[in-house]
Amino acid sequence: MDNAAGPEDTREKQGEQMPPFTVRDCVLVALATGHRAQNLRELRNGLLAIDLESIYYHFWARLLRPRFDEPEYNNDFAAWAHRALDEKALAERLSVVNPADFPNLEALRQELVEIIEDRLDESPYVPWTQADKQFYFISSQIVIFDTGVQAASPRELATFLPIISPGSIYYHFIDAHRRSPEHVDDFSAWLSGCGERYDLLKTKIQSVDPYFSSLWELRRIIAAYFAEYFSGVQ
Amino acid sequence: MLEQYAAVAGTEEVDRLRQLARPLRGVKVVHVNSTREGGGVAEILQKLIPLKQALGIDASWEVITGDLPFYQCTKGFHNALQGNTVSISETMLEGYEQANARFAEEHRALLEEADFVYIHDPQPAALLKFCPNRKGKWIWRCHIDVHHPYRRIWKYLRNFVALYDASVFSLADFAQAMPHPQYLIPPSIDPLSEKNIQLPEEEIHEVGRRFGLDPSLPLVIQVSRFDRFKDPLGVIEAYRIARKLTPLQLVLAGGEASDDPEGEAVLEEVRQATADDPGIHLLLLPADAHRTINALQRAADIILQKSIREGFGLTVTEGMWKGKPVIGGDTGGIRLQVVNHHTGFLVRTPEGAALRIRYLLHRRDLLEVMGRRAHLFVRENFLITRLLREHLSLMISLRNGTGQRIEVGL
Repeated sequence: MDNAAGPEDTREKQGEQMPPFTVRDCVLVALATGHRAQNLRELRNGLLAIDLESIYYHFWARLLRPRFDEPEYNNDFAAWAHRALDEKALAERLSVVNPADFPNLEALRQELVEIIEDRLDESPYVPWTQADKQFYFISSQIVIFDTGVQAASPRELATFLPIISPGSIYYHFIDAHRRSPEHVDDFSAWLSGCGERYDLLKTKIQSVDPYFSSLWELRRIIAAYFAEYFSGVQ
Repeated sequence: MLEQYAAVAGTEEVDRLRQLARPLRGVKVVHVNSTREGGGVAEILQKLIPLKQALGIDASWEVITGDLPFYQCTKGFHNALQGNTVSISETMLEGYEQANARFAEEHRALLEEADFVYIHDPQPAALLKFCPNRKGKWIWRCHIDVHHPYRRIWKYLRNFVALYDASVFSLADFAQAMPHPQYLIPPSIDPLSEKNIQLPEEEIHEVGRRFGLDPSLPLVIQVSRFDRFKDPLGVIEAYRIARKLTPLQLVLAGGEASDDPEGEAVLEEVRQATADDPGIHLLLLPADAHRTINALQRAADIILQKSIREGFGLTVTEGMWKGKPVIGGDTGGIRLQVVNHHTGFLVRTPEGAALRIRYLLHRRDLLEVMGRRAHLFVRENFLITRLLREHLSLMISLRNGTGQRIEVGL
């Protein structure tokens, strides 16, 4: 499928020996958990009671739901602490929690609970909000399916990236961190097998902060890095 | 049919639908609601059914009907689920159950043989009880803002609803304590329907002329049924406050859904409130005046939806799709669409609505920016292709159990 001719052919040889990149897609199925919180103590109790999938949702799967593209915080707990409880310091502390720093979701849960308990200890009252601004814990399933699209080379993948769905970006760029033993995105992992010449591209992709962009924006950024790389390849 | 949607929602979106629908080809899906015309549910089903069919799903749509007491009873349910204290007599409840029993008897084979049955809102909710030999999964789809229901009526309805395999709500706020999975799926609009397609400028002007609108005056509009929860009187008050400082005109456009016996009383209140005010255009439109409503929304500068309760608010979505900022009540599904200061404003009082009307008419630059953002937000999140996708994934989910990850055809 990649018809590029010339010196790059040689460089691409090694890449062509890699299995093709199979583009998959996913859709989110959001489920109510029945847990909700109107004050900070209830949020702490909810965090202790809910399935870990709900914590995953409020950090990551939230990217697949309708949202406006100017997120201030990297998770729903921080956003709620700010918008509903007016707890700006707590929101800041919660927003720097990076799931990648924790070995699993249980450890992430404990960190969130500790941050909240610290705030409960230092606050003279339990921060609360109005009944119509409660926090609703949501859980999710993802349905994964094949798109029928395969890229035989990084150059070919670059042509598909601008048009793949936001669900594909979620699956290969966000969900991959949880799936892969190395906790990296699928694009970087695949490029690693295509040869050292893609190291710079790989590094750029791994440097993308996924928290503050919509999936559409992430697609644009990743596609732009691929395009930029190949525009410089003679 | 699917190709037409590719032009609006993108080819890749339609490809996704085809891939996702592959394992569901040939399954029998029945939807039941209580009206073919009028209201958001009927509008969604008018397109959702043919789209499912185009994907190879054997989808059909049935409508439960009844006598006046049945509609009075189900309107009472509707009001009670939205939080009103409502008294419904035993006789009315018996009539409700009899109408459901009768419908079940008339459609027994279809309902009991179906792989998936979607029951929309409370009107047909009792059907499941009368289909003891059902084979498929039954889903109760609640389109109503039920975050604070009148408990006595909810307790009655819950007896029916709890028996379903799953329920679907537009927002997490509406979910209730129930023994089955509760899916969260916001509704959507059809970008190719008469109500939402692009219109020629001349047609928009002609509709304005037909209703005597003044093209030199800014126009704000609320399109909704005449229902107290839509707060038409609050809209009139907001207009009157804003007009003291900003010249403008108001259109209140609505019709009556065939399942709403209260509409006439509310309409009369609105008539009295609007009498002798040439700046208010009260338009009673037939249920099929979709193109006219489209033109009116496109002619408007600002869309209002000052509801006190709102399950979702498809008129908000429609307005945003037309690139207009929306001033909406700070409630229910409006909050999911109107992102304060980005796609419009959320308000709690007529005074708040008036302030935002004045602000947007004064700051035309922001009005334009918000309108563009609103259109994009709907394109990415609230078109019928997204709803269809979520219906497909819901069915796949119900077939595959509660695992966090479901792989289809890999």
